[in-house]
Amino acid sequence: MDWALLLDKTILIVIIFAVSLGIAAYSTYGERKIAAFLQDRVGPDRAGPFGLLQPIADGVKMFTKEEIIPNASDKFLFIVGPCIFMMTALMTSAIIPWGKSFNFGGHEFGLQVADLNVGLLYLFAVISIGGYGIMIGGWASNNKFALLGALRAASQMISYELAMGMSIVALLLINNSLSLREIVDGQAGDGNVWNVVRQPIGFLIFLICAFAECNRAPFDLPESESELIGGYHTEFSSMKLGLFLFAEYINMFISSAIIASLYFGGYHFPGIDSLDLPQNIAAIVSIAVLFAKILFFIFFFMWVRWTLPRFRYDQLMNLGWKILIPLSIVNVLVTGAWITFFK
Amino acid sequence: MHGLLSLNNQNTPNTKTESTMQLTNRSKVVVKHDLNWVEKLYLPAIFSGLAITIKHLFKKSATVRYPEEKREIASVYRGQHVLKRDDKGRENCTACGLCAVACPAEAISIEAAERKKGEENLYREEKYAAKYEINMLRCIYCGLCEDACPKDAIYLSDRIVPTAFTRGNFIYGKDILVEGIDASGRVDVSKRKKNYEMEGSPKQPLLNK
Repeated sequence: MDWALLLDKTILIVIIFAVSLGIAAYSTYGERKIAAFLQDRVGPDRAGPFGLLQPIADGVKMFTKEEIIPNASDKFLFIVGPCIFMMTALMTSAIIPWGKSFNFGGHEFGLQVADLNVGLLYLFAVISIGGYGIMIGGWASNNKFALLGALRAASQMISYELAMGMSIVALLLINNSLSLREIVDGQAGDGNVWNVVRQPIGFLIFLICAFAECNRAPFDLPESESELIGGYHTEFSSMKLGLFLFAEYINMFISSAIIASLYFGGYHFPGIDSLDLPQNIAAIVSIAVLFAKILFFIFFFMWVRWTLPRFRYDQLMNLGWKILIPLSIVNVLVTGAWITFFK
Repeated sequence: MHGLLSLNNQNTPNTKTESTMQLTNRSKVVVKHDLNWVEKLYLPAIFSGLAITIKHLFKKSATVRYPEEKREIASVYRGQHVLKRDDKGRENCTACGLCAVACPAEAISIEAAERKKGEENLYREEKYAAKYEINMLRCIYCGLCEDACPKDAIYLSDRIVPTAFTRGNFIYGKDILVEGIDASGRVDVSKRKKNYEMEGSPKQPLLNK
């Protein structure tokens, strides 16, 4: 094993973990602020200037709350559930290319933990495991609301993964690769456009499915407060609840990154290559470009949440099975036919 | 049968709405129709919804950050009571008990005492309230005590009653209710004074009217 590589990757992983957690923490703040602004309110403004220390106050609150494990619960699985959910949420960040590589005195420092040639398959595998976190947590609580929430989450995730997968298939036909870095690089350079232009329908399907996969409004049925109390995390308290809520924001961050990478050119921006920047500066610019896109999508997630009401469960299933899946299959067929006959 | 069906037909003018008097022209006749295919996509509706919410992002917030900012309240607002003193700093209240009798919530309790020699600078008349308590949890802030008072002694001010942690702390005694002697302690109630009570006009108690 090459020690330099190991060191590189360790540093990168630590940075990505820290950034993911930091963004997730400030997403909670951002969500509350955006919700407030969209509703003509002010939002949290007591802790620090503009309430910027609010996430820290929330974190302290979560840590110091009483840790309750229900008597009737399966204690081992009750603890494992949130851990799995958190772990899978963090694992997906491994395949995202965060920017162009740095060059420190001849030493190349890449900004992708693992450039898997089956990157997208890995992504789908990890997302599917994330469903287990919710299922196990909800089932182990031994509570009817938690179980209902968990069942809803599982069936929702399975239903929407199909359409999501099909929309990705159409993307693969165009890009000829499962590697995220190759897909990102395929959207830059001469004659190449962002995939959202080439695959508008696919993008729409992917976006809707991403909302459903993240359990975000208008598809937040697994945790719908008004009908299921808290859904699958009803019985959780203290930091175990924190892990669930936190992992959800990490999921949102990662899916924003994936949407940006798959459909909006990732760290590329049209015309930025023609500037001929030095390599390290180009790397920094590319990171900034990617994060600007990610932040926009995080904002979009929140914007939609505070605009649309929640779907009814039959409407959710209707949309998933009767509309999105046929539409995505047609999208694959049309894309395939176009590639076969016009390329 | 046919006539019964045609009653439910939305295209026939509803005779009932025509005969109803219209106060404004703002009312709209709502016609429920099946969605066409563009509407069934829901996307135009979603985008118009998003446009509405994004507009609110740039609107001024309606929030008043209370302890720092205070909303302007009506000049005749009925808030925390004040027991007034006269110009020389003597308490106006003579413990006649009319306020307690008038109080519909029975929030006021008074104990009277006789003024001793040497207390003339404290109390305006021979009798005064040794104890004057208002239970702020019982009080409904109707202002009848103020109307009942013949001595210009009790007024409701524009101050808001603060919160407290125990019920006992809501029973306000004279230490809180009576205004201070010096100018800074005085509570301005001129806006709540009735016309006949204003400066220069002879005092006309409500009972004599």
